[in-house]
Order: sequence, then structure tokens, then C-alpha cells
Amino acid sequence: MNKQGNTYTIIYTSGMVIIVAFILAFAAIGLKPVQEKNIAIDKMSQILNSVNIASTPENAQELYGKYIDDSFVIDANGKLVKGESFAMNIADQMKLPEDQRTLPIFICTDNSGAPKYIIPLSGSGLWGPIWGYISIENDGNTVYGAYFAHQGETPGLGAEIDKPPFQKQFQGKHFFIDGAFTPIAVQKAGQKPQNGADYVDAVSGGTITSKGVQNMLQSCVKPYAQFLESLNSKNI
Amino acid sequence: MLSKKNKEILLGPLSKNNPVIVQILGICSALAVTAKLEPALVMAVSVTAVVAFANVIISLLRNTIPNSIRIIVQLVVVAALVIIVDQVLKAYMYQVSKQLSVFVGLIITNCILMGRLEAFALSHKPWESFLDGIGNGVGYGIILVIVAFFRELLGSGTLFGYQVIPQQMYDWGYQNNGLMILPPMALITVACIIWVHRSRNKDLQQ
Repeated sequence: MNKQGNTYTIIYTSGMVIIVAFILAFAAIGLKPVQEKNIAIDKMSQILNSVNIASTPENAQELYGKYIDDSFVIDANGKLVKGESFAMNIADQMKLPEDQRTLPIFICTDNSGAPKYIIPLSGSGLWGPIWGYISIENDGNTVYGAYFAHQGETPGLGAEIDKPPFQKQFQGKHFFIDGAFTPIAVQKAGQKPQNGADYVDAVSGGTITSKGVQNMLQSCVKPYAQFLESLNSKNI
Repeated sequence: MLSKKNKEILLGPLSKNNPVIVQILGICSALAVTAKLEPALVMAVSVTAVVAFANVIISLLRNTIPNSIRIIVQLVVVAALVIIVDQVLKAYMYQVSKQLSVFVGLIITNCILMGRLEAFALSHKPWESFLDGIGNGVGYGIILVIVAFFRELLGSGTLFGYQVIPQQMYDWGYQNNGLMILPPMALITVACIIWVHRSRNKDLQQ
């Protein structure tokens, strides 16, 4: 057969594509269970990070079982609804209108005894998605800890949001001022938000990423406002 | 198995014909993944594996590949191998694969791969192609590891994540050089390596 002819070329490419597709499908399916376990462990360690518990891939599962003792899903009115909070895709939920979202919450009881409420976050930075978890004390107002991560923000600038110096600033900040929901602002150093909200310093050189964190806090925590208020009236 | 000619094929790319510092290929990933030693080493191993096996596969197929689509066939082989490497890393070295993120996928576009396939594997037997792949992969890896060694040591004071600069030095006022972690310093480090290499191999100077 003529190796430079069209028929040969077409048969050759078809054969090649089919063989490669089989090999790749086989590899992807074979390795999937191990990969999913890794992703779950990574998520556990991120949730633990938001309550200031450091973990390694080896002990994340154990620590998660020890400290995160409950999780549930609520709707925008603060009522319990059915759902699996760990497996829920927050980015998908964010696309729905606010009152139709289902909102997962994780509860952490550490050595101090009082439960902390962990809220997952999802938003967008300059180059791609950013996400995180923020934990709130049982007064429904004070931040206990925060964790942010990003897919591909600029190293040294926007990427600083996943470093402890930025995240530690959030500890002790408040989500309610005089009983009204005012999300924590991320401000250029030296500036203050107009509405009197609590604020943290933005990453210098990472303005758009910092704005992304601010918007994420605003849009992801707002649907929880009723739930947090009810916590506040229950525990204070 | 290892005749004089084959030795030359295997060892040539380590120094006199190094893909990074002599042919100036694959610079992009050399900048991106060398802030720490561990990802640099994993990247080096990944590229070596991909280029060696792609070379063998293309060399085995070299008499069947229609000339008009040979670049496409090379790309398909490389892309398939890279996806397999990426999947294996995600399954067994998740933390490292998170650090390498898109750069594993970008091995596909590493000029060293296409260069070796086009220039060598298409016209040589599988065993020689394999040696050529290993040689070029290791030649690339050596540079990556040298750059990463200096960047991690001076930038973070650690090697493979272990603290090697004693705490006492910091107490005396020593500071890590934050600039070493940023990409420009990789370029400057590579340039220094090229400088040293050229000054020792006069025949490479123009």
C-alpha cells in the first residue's frame, strides 16, 4: 500500500486515535479511586486549616474525624435541608440565585469546647478560581480562622492570599456591625471602608485578587446571615 | 549494547550537547518549577520518562508513519504519555502534582521533546533512541536540579524542605533572599551556569 497516500493516512490516524483513546481511558479509570481519595484528604486538610489546625496528608483523615464532628446543609432561611455537605460543589451553588442555594456548614469542636462553624467559600481572582473556608465562633459573628487557596494567581503578588500572614489578619474580625450584616472588607493598607465594616490589609500588588477575596466573603457568607443571626441570639 | 557511539549518544547531552545550556531549549519550565528541589526533581524524572518512551515509540513506528502527518503523530504520542504521567502523579504524589500544576501538562510543548523526536527518533533504531531520550532528559534534569538547589538554598534556607541553614545564622541577622524564589533569578542562575560551562568548554564559544 502506498504509505504517502490519503487512504493509508486516514486509516493510520483512525487506528492511532482509537488505540490512544483506549490506553488513556484505561489509565484514567484505573487511577480514579486513588485520585479521589487524595482530593478528599486535601479538602479535609483545607477545612482543618480554617480552624487553625495544621495537618499533613498522612494524618488529615484522622484529625478531621477527631475535630470536625458534624456537618449539615441549610437553605437561605436558616432551615435544615437534605444534602451531603462534604461532596457539595460550592462553585456550582454560587451560580444559583441566592435564595435557591443549599448551604453546607461544618462544625468543629476543638479542645476549647465551644463549637466553630465553618463556611466554604468560592469566588474568582485575577487568573482563575479562588476558594477557601472561614470559621466563625459560636456567637455567629467573630471570625476564628480563615483559609484561602487559588489555582493560578500571580506568584509573590495575588498568590500571597494562601499564606498565613494574609490569612491570620482575619482572626477576630466581625461579620455584623450593630446587628447588620457587613462583610469583612479587604482594603489597601491605610484605607478604611466607608460603611464602618471590619477590614484587613490587601496584598500589595495583588489588587484584583484581594478584591476577589472581598467579593467572595460578601457573596458566600451573605446567604448564611440568617443562620448566623440565629446563632447569635441563641448563644449571647 | 553500549558501543562507543551509543555512549556518545547517551552522555553527549549531559555536557557538550546539553539541551538547556547549549541548545537553550526547555527554558520555560526550567524557570517555572525550580523554586524548590522536590518539584524540580519530579519534573526532571517526568520529562526523562516521557522523552525516552516517546523516542522509543516513534522510533518503532518510524517506518509506518506517513510523512505528511508525522508531526501530528509525534504530538499524539507525547500528549498521551504526558497525560499518563499527570494521572500517575495525581494518584501517588498529589502534593507535588499540586505544586507542578499546569507544568506537567506543558511538558507536551517542551521543545526538547519535539526536537528529539524529529531530529533523532525518526531516523534511528529504538535502543539508540531510548538512550538519546534518557541522555537528553537527564541533561535537562541536571540543570533543573542545579538551579533548584541554589534557589531553594538561598531563597528558603532549605533543601528538599529540610532546614539546612541553622537558626543561629538567622539570629545573627542572616536573611533568606526572597528574590531567589521569583522567576527572574532562575534565568540569571541558568545564565551563570552557561557562563561557567562555556568558559570550561572553549570550543562552544563563538
